[in-house]
Amino acid sequence: MSGPLLAVTLVAMLAVAVFSVRALAAVDERHLVGRIGTPLLFGVWVLVFWQVLTQAFDVPQVLLPAPSLIGRALVASAGVLLSDFNQTVLHSVLIGLVAGCALGFAVGVLIDRSPFLQRGFLPIAALASTVPLIGIAPIMVMWFGFDWHSKAAVVVVMTFFPMLVNTLAGLAESGHMERDLMRSYGAGYWRTLLSLRIPVALPFVFNALKVNSTLAMIGAIVAEFFGSPTSGLGFRISTEAARLNMGLVWAAILVAALAGSLLYGLLGWVERRATFWHPSIRTSG
Amino acid sequence: MASTEAAARGAEAPPTGDNPARPAAHRARSAPAAPKPTLWQHIGPIAAVLAILLVVWYATAVALNASQVIERTLSSQPGWGFADLVRLTLTMDRPVLPAPHQIALDLFDSVFGWPLDSPRNLLFHAAVTSSATLLGFAMGTALGALLAVAIVHSRTLERSLFPWVIASQTVPVLAIAPIVIVILGSLGLTGVFPKAIISMYLCFFPVAVALVKGLRSPGVLELELLHTYAASRAHTFWKLRVPASLPFLFPSLRVGIAAGLVGAIVGELPTGAQAGLGARLLTGSYYGNTVQIWSALVMSALLGLALTSAVALAERLLTPGGRR
Repeated sequence: MSGPLLAVTLVAMLAVAVFSVRALAAVDERHLVGRIGTPLLFGVWVLVFWQVLTQAFDVPQVLLPAPSLIGRALVASAGVLLSDFNQTVLHSVLIGLVAGCALGFAVGVLIDRSPFLQRGFLPIAALASTVPLIGIAPIMVMWFGFDWHSKAAVVVVMTFFPMLVNTLAGLAESGHMERDLMRSYGAGYWRTLLSLRIPVALPFVFNALKVNSTLAMIGAIVAEFFGSPTSGLGFRISTEAARLNMGLVWAAILVAALAGSLLYGLLGWVERRATFWHPSIRTSG
Repeated sequence: MASTEAAARGAEAPPTGDNPARPAAHRARSAPAAPKPTLWQHIGPIAAVLAILLVVWYATAVALNASQVIERTLSSQPGWGFADLVRLTLTMDRPVLPAPHQIALDLFDSVFGWPLDSPRNLLFHAAVTSSATLLGFAMGTALGALLAVAIVHSRTLERSLFPWVIASQTVPVLAIAPIVIVILGSLGLTGVFPKAIISMYLCFFPVAVALVKGLRSPGVLELELLHTYAASRAHTFWKLRVPASLPFLFPSLRVGIAAGLVGAIVGELPTGAQAGLGARLLTGSYYGNTVQIWSALVMSALLGLALTSAVALAERLLTPGGRR
């Protein structure tokens, strides 16, 4: 395409894009089309411009492969990516996430009984959030080997502290009025814990779960940079990037992104079902 | 797109806001201690827990290193006792788990035993990493602020772009670290800049989300008051919205700089960088030098603490009346 023609086409496309997104953004927010359609259309336009611009300007595929190229790589190496997904998401991330969160929650409930331990652990747990815990990855790879066990161990360490801090905060959230009411019913420690304090703590727990779902993906993928068997999303990304096979690299990133969003979305869905009474969910529903 | 909806709600959920750990911890700590605790009541429990952790660490070190020590040295000399085992496990060259004093000695040695510009000095590596972190932090804060201002002022952008900003957080951002490094390397960019880009990507999100929330925090009353003053949009922005957003901004800056440090460290992994704490971790893991890994780890923890406390200090200086 010649220069001026290309410029005119691009400007026209841009005008159509801006106009259509603006039109959709003006739709009532309560309507599904306005709420979900707008970002979706925006994303589609970004993809279209990405495709057109990379082709029009002959952007080298090492720099930025066109979406169509990434799509082809995704389809062509579906089998490889599926085994990577199985290795990284279904083993390292899920097992590590469940173990780390369960441990953080259990330790939180235990520590909660002793104000002394609470005062000792909380500052240390809060400090852990400023420390790049990802650095333990090489140690875990040494201890537990190249397979998913070492990655799950990294995920456990990374997810433990946010869950501990949030569990403690959540357990402290129930007020004196409610606790006194439970006492007047003759409820013991466990009854109060199960019927009052844990339900009240749930919004905090879910917040930690959602933060942890992202942390877990990061931990598992970065830990694979330190050594892994010949599968795994992090392994795929780093080896294919070294071979400058960018289509497959971006496809692996797409899989990781989709898996991360799916996990997050799933947790958000469960949260809305489990804590339907909370103001943040009530008002927006 | 359900995920972005959930993400939006998660980021704005009242109990903990965009940084669940910190405000939550703050509240929980202040809630049970009704009378103001003395200094000893603050430090005592922490010291006790630290002491317990130290004892557990030593015990674990002995237990984990025992099999190697027995196999290598003790099996050749019959009649060894428990004291020999403990002594040898805590002085191994390449232990499975080094004892705390070994790490401390290695750290001390590297910091004071070599000149500051020597690659054997950990402070040199810390400086390399923190320069990338700070550059990335500055760029990420600028980008986040720009996005937030645009989003607050344009309804179209808010509806179309903001969900993607939030969705970008559910993506394992560090996965793109190797590509960013490769791409920028093929453009001839090496050194601090590629690492700073990764830091930036990790920093911009908390800043953007918190600033959008902060710039929106003035209520109808305040906005209408400024309206009666015939204040322009720019005036409203600088005199009302920006000051109101500061309490939201600083906690997110603390999160941002901690995330930026992680980004810089991970950015040093795929290039096989010569300098930086991430490079130390990588060479340590190549050569099985566990003490080196641990001391690099401790150094990055200290760096993380220093950076976040610097932000906390700036917060105390810039927001009169202290934190929220």
